[in-house]
Formats: sequence, C-alpha cells, structure tokens
Amino acid sequence: MTQSTSAASPPAKISVQNLSVFFGPTPALRNVSLEVPANRIFGIIGPSGSGKTTLLRTLNRLNDLFPNCHSEGQVLLDGADILHPEFDVVALRRRIGMVFALPVPLPLSVYDNVVYGPRLAGVRQRSRLAELCERSLRAAFLWDEVKDRLHTSALRLSGGQQQRLCLARVLAMEPEVVLLDEPCSGLDPISTAKIEEALQALKARYTIVLVTNNTKQAARIADNTAFFLMGELIEFGPTATIFTVPRDHRTADYVTGRFG
Amino acid sequence: MPRIPPRYTQTFAVSILAAATALTLAVLGFIIGFVLEKGLPVVGLDFLLSNPREMGREGGIFPTLIGTVLLPLVAIVIALPLGVGTAVHLTEYTRESRATRVIRFGTDCLAGIPSIIFGLFGFIFFVSALKLGWCVLSGGLTLAIMILPTIIRTSEEAIRAVPYSYREVSYSLGATRWQTVAGVVLPNALPGIVTGVMLSIGRCIGETAAVIFTAGAALRIPRSLFDSVRTMSVHFYILAREGISSEKAYGTAAVLVIAILLINTLSYWIMHQFLAKRSR
Amino acid sequence: MAIAGRQVKAAGEKSVQWILRTVAFSAMASLLLIAVFILKEGAPFLLRVGPRNFLFFSLWDPQNGCFGVYPMVVASVWVTLGAMLVGAPFGIAGAIFLAEFVPAGVMRVIKPTIELLAGIPSVVYGFIGVMVVAPLVRDHLGGPGLSLLTASVILGVMILPTVISISTDAIMSVPNSYREGALALGATRWQSVHMVILKGARSGIMASLILAMGRAIGETMAVIMVAGNTPRLPHSVLDPVRTLTANIALEMGFATGLHRQALFATGVVLFVIIMILNAVALSVMKRSHAE
Repeated sequence: MTQSTSAASPPAKISVQNLSVFFGPTPALRNVSLEVPANRIFGIIGPSGSGKTTLLRTLNRLNDLFPNCHSEGQVLLDGADILHPEFDVVALRRRIGMVFALPVPLPLSVYDNVVYGPRLAGVRQRSRLAELCERSLRAAFLWDEVKDRLHTSALRLSGGQQQRLCLARVLAMEPEVVLLDEPCSGLDPISTAKIEEALQALKARYTIVLVTNNTKQAARIADNTAFFLMGELIEFGPTATIFTVPRDHRTADYVTGRFG
Repeated sequence: MPRIPPRYTQTFAVSILAAATALTLAVLGFIIGFVLEKGLPVVGLDFLLSNPREMGREGGIFPTLIGTVLLPLVAIVIALPLGVGTAVHLTEYTRESRATRVIRFGTDCLAGIPSIIFGLFGFIFFVSALKLGWCVLSGGLTLAIMILPTIIRTSEEAIRAVPYSYREVSYSLGATRWQTVAGVVLPNALPGIVTGVMLSIGRCIGETAAVIFTAGAALRIPRSLFDSVRTMSVHFYILAREGISSEKAYGTAAVLVIAILLINTLSYWIMHQFLAKRSR
Repeated sequence: MAIAGRQVKAAGEKSVQWILRTVAFSAMASLLLIAVFILKEGAPFLLRVGPRNFLFFSLWDPQNGCFGVYPMVVASVWVTLGAMLVGAPFGIAGAIFLAEFVPAGVMRVIKPTIELLAGIPSVVYGFIGVMVVAPLVRDHLGGPGLSLLTASVILGVMILPTVISISTDAIMSVPNSYREGALALGATRWQSVHMVILKGARSGIMASLILAMGRAIGETMAVIMVAGNTPRLPHSVLDPVRTLTANIALEMGFATGLHRQALFATGVVLFVIIMILNAVALSVMKRSHAE
C-alpha cells in the first residue's frame, strides 16, 4: 500500500488504521489504512469483490447486521474509535449517513421519507421537520421537482429522482459524513450528472465517501481516490496523481481499463 | 399385441383426470349450492335480527350472531399480540438456534391438534380448573390457543416478505431495532398479518367442538364475558341433531357459509392487493 | 440530558426484547399445558386399567363400568381408511390435472376456490351427509343410512381440499428442468407426469395424505352427524359406528368420575396418535423441501 500526499490537505475526518474485516473465516479486507480528509470527496474504486462496499459499511457499522462479521483494527472518527464496543452505534449512524446502490424509497410519501430519520431521532415540531425537508431536498437538487407533491407516494418518482430522494433523506439527519455506495449504477447519464452536481455542492458542508465502479466518475468529481483490489488497499492519494502517475502498476492497469 | 401410442394413453389419462377434477368441483359446488338453495329463502333481516323462540324452532338467530362475533373477537385480541410478538421474535430478534427450534416445534404441534382435544382442554382448564365456567372468556381463550399457530405462521411469512433493504435504510438512519420493527417492518407486513387474522376468524366461526365444551350453548345475548353464549355453528348443530327445525337449520347454515365465504374471499383479495403493490 | 435519553432508550429496547422473548414461548407453553392437563385426567385411568385392556376390550358400557374402546378404535381406523380411499384418488387426480394440464390463469382461479371450500364448517358437511347421502345409502344399499360408509364418503369429501391444495403445490414445485428433460426426450405430457414429475413430488403428496389422515382421524362433528354412533363393532360398511372422537363429544356432557376419566383417556390416545402422524408429516415435508 502506497500513499501520495498533497501539499495542504485538511485534517482527516476519518482515519482507518490497520482495519481487517472477516465474514466468518474469510477476510474481506486485509490491513487497510487510509485517511479521509474533511470536506472533500473521497472516491473508492476497484473491481467487484475488492472490499469497497465492506469498507463503506464498516464506516457506519452497518456490517453489525451480519452476525458472522468481525473486524480488527481501528476506525477513528474525529479521533474516536467507532469500532469500540461501547461506541453508540445509533448516534454514529446519525453522523454518518449512507446512500445505497439501488434507490430504496420507503413506501411512504416524499415528505415522510425525508423526515423519517429526524423523526427517529425525536424531532417532533412540524415547523422544524418542514424546514429540514425543504433544506435537504434543495441540497439534493430535488426540491423544484417535488415541491408540489410532497405528500404523494415516493414510489411514483423516477429512478433518478428516487436516488436524490435517498440523498435528501440522509441529509435531513444533518450528518457530518455521507457515504455513497455506487449511487449512480442504475441511473441514466442525466440523473447521474445531477447527483454528481449535488455532491460537488455538498462537499463544502460534508465529508463525502463515494464508492464507484465507474473510474471516469471518480476522475470527474473525487478529490482523493483509493484503489482496492481483492480486499487490499493498493494505493490512495489525490485523484490526479492516481489517474496520471500512480505508483503501483496494478493501479495503472485498472484506471486505464486493462482489467476491470 | 401392438403398443398403444402414447398419444392415446395421454388422452385417456387426461380425460380421467379431468373427470375426477370435474366431479370434485361438482361435489364441492353442490354442497354450497344445496345449502344456499335451501337456506337462503329462510334468511332475511327478520331471521338475522330477532330472537329465537321455542328452542330455535321459531324466530331468528340474533343471539348466535352476537356469539359468533364475540368469540373470534376475544380470541383475536388474545392471540394477535402473542402471535405477532412470537413472529417478530423469531425473525428480527434471534437467529436459528435450539430455542427457536423449540418454539417452532411447539407451534407446529399445536397446529396439528384436533378441535375436540382443544374442547377437552378448554373444559378441564378454563371452565373447570380456573373456574371460569362456560362463558365467552373460556371459549375465547380456547379459540385463541387454537388459532395461535396460524397467526404465528402467517405473520412470520409476512415479516420475511418485507424487503431487507427497508431494514437497512432504517438502521442506516440511526434507528434502533424496535424502531425498525415498528416503523418499517410491521407496517409493511400488515396485509399479510391481516390475511392470517381473517383466516383465523373464518376458522373460529366454523368451529363447533371446541366451542360447545367451553362457551356452552345458552341461547341468550350475553351480558358480560362471563356469560355463556351460543355461536351459529353450535346452534346449527343443535338444530340439526335434535331435529328441532331443519328449515331454521338450513337458514343458519346458509348464513354460516356466506359469512365464511365472504371472509375468505376478502382475505384473498387483501393478499392480492398486497402482492400487487409490492411488485410495482 | 442526551446521555440520560440514550440510557432510557436502551432500557426500552432491552425490555422490548425481554417481552418478545417471553411471548414467543406462549405456543410451546400452551402445548405443554394441554399435554399436562389431558394427561392428568386421562393417564390415571390408563395406568389403572392398562392401555391394552382399554384399547382392545370390546364392551363400552359406562353405566356398568365397562370401558372398552375397541369398537371405537376400529371405527376410527375404518372411517379414516375409507375417507382416504375416497379422498386420495380424487384429490391427487385433481392436483395433477390442475398443476399440469390446466392453463395457469385457470388454475389461479380454481385453486383458491377449492381452498375457500376448505373453510366450510364440518357441521355443514355433516348435515349434507344426513340430508342427502344417508338417505341415498339407505335407499339403494340398505342399512340405516347413518353408517361407516356415509361417514367415509363425507370425510373423504372434507379432506379433498387439503389433498388437492398441498399436492398441487408439491407438483408445481418440481423444478422445470425435470419437465423439460422428459419432454426433450420425446415424452408426452402425461408420460412426463407419471414417469418423472410424480416421483419428484412424491414426498409432498405423501405429506398431504398424512395431514389429511390426521384431519380425518380428528374430525368430530361431521362424523357424529352421519356415522350412527352405535358403540359396537361394525360387521359391514352399512353398520352404524362410533369413532373415538364421537365417543368423547357425545358423552362428555354428562360423564362423571371414572366415566369422565375414561373419556380423557380416549383423548390421550387420540392425542398420541395424531402427534405421531403430524411428526411423520412434518419430517416428510421437510425432506421434500430439502430435495
């Protein structure tokens, strides 16, 4: 694993140190160490099965849902180890939100989808919820398209709209970090462009970690990129470096499309 | 001797199968048709709403209607939380283990017990040992145990049918397990659970052996849970066996059959809507 | 404040977990209660008289202290066998026809309709037996009409929906590759059915038959109405008989003391038989799912 540094990087929001994740006896990630700078888009690329999603799901401890999953090492969020057994997982997931690969709107209205998270956290005031709803939908570049049908079923939206809705749903929690797992994999180029536009606007306020199968997407919008292969982190650093002068030949082969 | 070509064997065999199926459908259809034909003329608002006279030879079946509504109601009020709670425990709170296997074993065994045994148990336990006497409560409790396996099974299926991604979304938004169950899983499993409830109600309505020995057969409108009451099935049975009035018997049977057909059709319809909505 | 809130929520979660764990054992607890109480009432009698004497003594005369249930055992066995003879062939034939030779749309209408019919109360079936079948038997075959034969016929019809429903599911769950394989070898539809598919669905069909048998043995009300209820050994199918279930239901209302215990003992016997049948059906069904 090699790392290229850039001159003035902001402090690390998330610091992964010697992380290994096992499902039963099988290792999905081996000894991964990297730093996710705050207020930047951090891209994670690599072929299928390389452990990208596993890493993402470790960051918000969603892997806890699998009883046979255990991990070693540390993941520091602002210096605190989130893998520690006493760490409050519920509070963690409010600070780190996740958008999944396939849009999963809950079978509720648009409004109820967006305020679902805040309601879970105990926000009851109608005015506050409405404010959160509008703010998140605007930040996800979806407000104009749904402002007249906030109370219709979210299932009626198009795929691209549903995915932006899922993004708004996460933003309504006012998190610090937003994780996205191949969010554009099922979407057409226009919807993809809208989401990428939203992410670039969002990084001013949030730290963004984006797993993508599409290297061009990482090249377009990620500030830093990490390349994973078969459970190992091969290298990470500023996107420009990874794509033009990577240190490892495997990185070069992947980004130029010699294998995928 | 030349072999018969398979084509002909097939035609022959299929005709026999078709005839058997047709006969089956005809017989089953005849039963319903016969009951309705003889019974519907007797049924009217008067029949349904007036009280019986002369042990049921005259008048209507109103108290039995009350009984037929009350008993399943009590049974559901008891069995629904127990059954759904069991289903939630099995699906959301545990993995397969010795404990869950014990629970399933108990449920499966309970499902196979014939109603006369439930009647015996209800009598010796609720009526006798707990000194509740023949009453709505004894009947309701007995029926609750009888329908418990059905509620557990249908609820579990309904819960498992809720897409896993819904749960992931809920957890990733910072929900606790109970918040996920109550906020996402159960609301989406509701149609399936309701179907199970309706099927159980249908079963309670048709039940006779378990009811006679626990709720008794008093032909009055019950004034409390501790009064004895007669259901339509029990009334029908008594009318038929004691030869009191075959006319009123047919009428009661017609009401019974229609009620059950309505409930079962309704539950199928709900299930159908549920599946249709899910696949959209 | 936030920390206290978190602790309250954690306590709430824990208590929900605890409540659910308790509730989950209600089915098992009920089963144990049933077993305990039925045994409590019936076992002393069985132990005193001895199961062999109880089951194989042919005189049932509670007034004079005779508690032999042999005629009832025989009646239950024959009524069940008769019901299977009536219900199984038609049921399986119907299932094959619906699953293999009927367009899917038609089957989707017919199968639920048949399952609907399974909800008809047993007393209604019994009544039809009394008003329609028994007179037919009496007029054309002799005897009192209310007989072993009538009971078998009515029970056979009652178990039809069960057999059809489960067997159809079993046949439809046979993988399509079996069908395609047979047809690709030049078999006709019917040949693919009886040579390949039925073997594949065999355990599911067996399970449906065993379940149906359990229902037939446990049936009470319909049998009481049509079987005649004479507690004597039958010598022909036209003789009236009384099954174990009918015995319990008919006399429970006024039985006391030893008589009542004998009836509970009958309940114990029934309970055991049906538990065994259900265990067999469950293991057969599990095996068919595993295949």
